[in-house]
Amino acid sequence: MRKTSVLERVRLFGRAGIDLLGTLGRSVIFLLRALFGRSSTGNGFQLLVKQLYSVGVMSLAIIVVSGVFIGMVLSLQGFSILAQYGSEQAVGQMVALTLLRELGPVVTALLFAGRAGSALTAEIGNMKSTEQLSSLAMIGVDPLKYIVAPRLWAGFISMPLLAMIFSVVGIWGGSMVAIDWLGVYEGSFWANMQNSVSFREDVLNGVIKSIVFAFVVTWIAVFQGYDCEPTSEGISRATTKTVVYASLAVLGLDFILTALMFGDF
Amino acid sequence: MQNRTLEVGVGLFLLAGLLAFLLLALRVSGLTVGADNTYKVYASFDNIAGLTVRSKVTMAGVTIGKVSAIDLDRDSYMGRVTMQLDEAVNNLPADSTASILTAGLLGEKYIGISVGGEEEVLGEGGTIHDTQSSLVLEDLIGKFLLNSVNKDQAN
Repeated sequence: MRKTSVLERVRLFGRAGIDLLGTLGRSVIFLLRALFGRSSTGNGFQLLVKQLYSVGVMSLAIIVVSGVFIGMVLSLQGFSILAQYGSEQAVGQMVALTLLRELGPVVTALLFAGRAGSALTAEIGNMKSTEQLSSLAMIGVDPLKYIVAPRLWAGFISMPLLAMIFSVVGIWGGSMVAIDWLGVYEGSFWANMQNSVSFREDVLNGVIKSIVFAFVVTWIAVFQGYDCEPTSEGISRATTKTVVYASLAVLGLDFILTALMFGDF
Repeated sequence: MQNRTLEVGVGLFLLAGLLAFLLLALRVSGLTVGADNTYKVYASFDNIAGLTVRSKVTMAGVTIGKVSAIDLDRDSYMGRVTMQLDEAVNNLPADSTASILTAGLLGEKYIGISVGGEEEVLGEGGTIHDTQSSLVLEDLIGKFLLNSVNKDQAN
């Protein structure tokens, strides 16, 4: 085995740093050009509708199903703990606050990264490897505007909507378990919830969170596809990276956002 | 034709999102649209421990309003609580009593109002003078201990 000198190691370390900075810089330029660049030919609205369908509507099923189950589990777990203190009517408040503040935005973002983000990366990566992107550029259509921008906007628009649908469906599932199965009195379930959930602090902050997550997840997914090595191996690596980076970014950002919004300092 | 179903799907999706937002706002957070018909009443307590903004104000167990602000009165060193009461209940006698109660043993604190007997009613900006403070468990335990010590000394 050849021994690498100290200088060589420092060089490799520096190289990794430069690569990282280069990727960051490229991704920012990519985002700015896709969002604010001069629009090219083609009906932008039609493209957006198509992407909204494949990114948003197609994710509805997984969001709704997991929302119902998460709401039901929260309700069941919350009930068994709260019942020990004789305050099982607070289960509505617990389910609603957990879903609105944390689980709604975060779980939606994680599911979205797995369901739609990986598909975006694979699709764009495949377009790149089969040289569809460069052919578009060749006939004078900017692929950033024609391919990338509609996907970015579709992600930004659909994820907050999905997060809200997730919360509503979760609360519905929770109320079903609490009221119909565990026998919590319906009036106090809803009244407790309405007393403790504030529109600005809980609902709006949750929506802001999901907008931030939408931005980050979609950006990572589309950029990984656009920047991948144009080989089958490169595409598979980019897809993995999308899911891993997006999930980590969402969880990390969630901590920061929660500290800023609910931290009280 | 295929484009049409696509657009219908997206339209339904957007509508579902908006509907979810409305449900969250109205049903879950209990936001009321438009001017709320309430009036302000003040009350000063020696100790409001545990009472928070948005706590309930009840009368005979029925919720008639909520606490909208809590601050310290600089001159009397008392906690001043601002309540928003329902306009429908505008016939509270001026000598009504406000007390801070607890729901259950460890539950949330709320304000209970008991009716007085005077003819005059509390209007916008009125103050309830007869108040009963929050029950602080530590004080009770302290008093109890002090009592038992005194008894020991007496013996």
